[in-house]
Amino acid sequence: MTTLIRKITVSTVNLPDWLVSIGRKSTSLIMPFIGIVCFLFLWSLSANNIDTSLGKFPGPSAVATQVGNLYQEHIDERTKEESFYQRQEVRNSERLAKDPSYVAKTRAYTGKETFIDQIITSLVTVMSGFIFAAIIAIPMGISIGLSKTLNSAINPIIQIFKPVSPLAWLPLVTMVVSAVYVSDEPMFAKSFINSMITVTLCCIWPMVIQTSVGVASINGDWLNVSRVLRLPALTHIRKIVLPATIPAIFIGMRTSLGIAWMVLIAAEMLAQNPGLGKFVWDEFQNGSSQSLSRIMTAVIVIGLIGFLLDRGMLVLQRKLSWDKTSASR
Amino acid sequence: MKHSVKRIKQQVCHAVIATTVALSTISVSLSASAEELGYPEKEELTFGFIKLTDMAPIAVAYEKGFFEDEGLYVTIEAQANWKVLLDGVIDGRLDGAHMLAGQPIAANIGYGTKAEIITPFSMDLNGNAITVSNKIWEEMKGNIPKQPDGRPVHPIKADSLKPVVEKYLDQGKPFNMGMVFPVSTHNYELRYWLAAGGIHPGFYAPAKGDTSGQIDADVLLSVTPPPQMPATMEAGTIYGYCVGEPWNQQAVFKGIGVPVVTDYEIWKDNPEKVFGITKEFAEKNPNTTIRLTRALIRAAKWLDEENNKNRGEAVKILAQSNYVGADAEVIGNSMTGTFEYEKGDKRAVPDFNVFFRYNATYPYYSDAIWYLTQMRRWGQISDDKPDSWYKEIAQNVYRPDIYKAAAESLIAEKLMNSSDFPTLATDNGYRNPQTHFIDGIVYDGNKPNEYINKFAIGLKAGDKI
Repeated sequence: MTTLIRKITVSTVNLPDWLVSIGRKSTSLIMPFIGIVCFLFLWSLSANNIDTSLGKFPGPSAVATQVGNLYQEHIDERTKEESFYQRQEVRNSERLAKDPSYVAKTRAYTGKETFIDQIITSLVTVMSGFIFAAIIAIPMGISIGLSKTLNSAINPIIQIFKPVSPLAWLPLVTMVVSAVYVSDEPMFAKSFINSMITVTLCCIWPMVIQTSVGVASINGDWLNVSRVLRLPALTHIRKIVLPATIPAIFIGMRTSLGIAWMVLIAAEMLAQNPGLGKFVWDEFQNGSSQSLSRIMTAVIVIGLIGFLLDRGMLVLQRKLSWDKTSASR
Repeated sequence: MKHSVKRIKQQVCHAVIATTVALSTISVSLSASAEELGYPEKEELTFGFIKLTDMAPIAVAYEKGFFEDEGLYVTIEAQANWKVLLDGVIDGRLDGAHMLAGQPIAANIGYGTKAEIITPFSMDLNGNAITVSNKIWEEMKGNIPKQPDGRPVHPIKADSLKPVVEKYLDQGKPFNMGMVFPVSTHNYELRYWLAAGGIHPGFYAPAKGDTSGQIDADVLLSVTPPPQMPATMEAGTIYGYCVGEPWNQQAVFKGIGVPVVTDYEIWKDNPEKVFGITKEFAEKNPNTTIRLTRALIRAAKWLDEENNKNRGEAVKILAQSNYVGADAEVIGNSMTGTFEYEKGDKRAVPDFNVFFRYNATYPYYSDAIWYLTQMRRWGQISDDKPDSWYKEIAQNVYRPDIYKAAAESLIAEKLMNSSDFPTLATDNGYRNPQTHFIDGIVYDGNKPNEYINKFAIGLKAGDKI
């Protein structure tokens, strides 16, 4: 018995390196695979047992069908769009023939937004709100981190507004935007501005806080170096503060992007602004037998996009962060 | 012999009148064609709607290219509820919308939001129903007489609901029902039906700041957006509701309620939704206004043409997720000439949805005045008003002049026939006295105050809350 064990141990130890690495890689692929399969199984099992007034709860296969349907709808809509522009061209040229002074104008397609259009709208909104927030929050965080006086002045305000759900701001934002943002040929739709500002409001706080904490906890030696070299303020920020706080800034950015994506969908549902949230709400209002599976599809897509956004930020962070390995080299 | 001579004389007489009318229409249409309709001032428009089958003319005008024929590029947007929709039209986010007939009228007299909204186009007749939950239906059923085949006799009056409501009140439980908006057709229809059965739906007292509409009420009515009605009733918050299609048929399909009465049975061929635009928009864009009215008239005609042959196609359009979005089967149940009451009790109601015939699209002053009488009856208008006031308000809001210009130019361009508008030349904006109400009371739009005084339940001349 003992010899047998010894034999096995010995043989394991003697396995070639490449085999071991394949084994490791395969477990890192196999386990998530098993996880997903189990999830799909449990999902379809439970879905089959939930009866709603709109039919059975959608399982994986219903969602797969809807993915096909939604894609097909998108393709159909694009063909419609093409013929819309063709008809418009004919109309314009007819009118030009009658009335040569007419300046032909191409009007944008008036058809419905497809699921894919809604995804793009949501993505554009979340990214613009996020970037707008970063432009405000990072300089603000740095100045708060650098100056104790500023910190004690602004900190209470941050602490009060940080826990407020951006959705509570939404009615205020909507009213202010419709009162202030008035123009005959607006560059952006009001609904877009509303969603974007809501996203910005929820993105700002984590970024400000993380950045200021990062700045405040810079290694004292580096600050001393800067002081000895008598670096001017801007150079001090550029050469010492920014590189040192980039990891902290990215932690803040990652957190706020995650929150922003969640908030955006809710805001779109609430305010009926174009995007995935509106898609979900519209489908719920339709109350058709396909509604639930279409909503479920949207839920999965929302999850996947949220995941990809997070990964994207992580990759960016790794690329831009202070590379500690190169320092030791 | 004598009789037949008289009849011939009569026929000759009729023929003479008919030709004169026809000739005068031709001369009118000639003058219309003389000054050809100009290009639209505003080409890109956004119209709002609520997910209900009676928005069909807008969807059809878009899908069949009637808007584009007028050089209009229209985006159609579903709205969350009637309030959002009204605000959208007032603040210019929407250029026009599918509206409750009461909305432009109430806006004009300043009940709720004050704004000048007009309507050149009435969207449909009928199309609503009152649904109660299964439990209430069970309790009502015993009070309803039965046909030989065992099915209940229709129309069902609120008399059969009265004992149920009384039982709830005796037990100290409030009896809640839903409607879609304080100035909605549905509110007035539900109130009309209840009051006709001796149930008091409650008064409004805006002068005292009470806009709940529940003063002295036996049944408490509250606002719920149309698509949420079935779910709200399923949750037990309300025991019944009055709403447009497909939300009554949806209750039947889901098995959560029974439509007891359609508005066709409460008031045969009652005017329903209108298309609302601001007065400012119409003044700034007169050609656009006429052109959009033309597109809507053509769409309405398409919907009713040749004995509703296009209804199947219309149902498919409405079932698209960007319009009503409910299952085609549910929408088709009421759009194609039938109505399903209790599950399996499907009866023919050919005129449940009327879009064009019986002058459905013409904005009659008398229709507006009916809404005003109901606003007065239930206290939304606090004080007595002279008949002339009713007429004046109706003339501010309902604009048959625009409708007429649109119809005449359609005839002139041979897109439609003058036979499509049989009474266009002679109409003075008042329908003949209407007799088809569930309580048998006759409505004459020329005498609003006399009409208000006929009701047993409701404010009368001199009454004040």
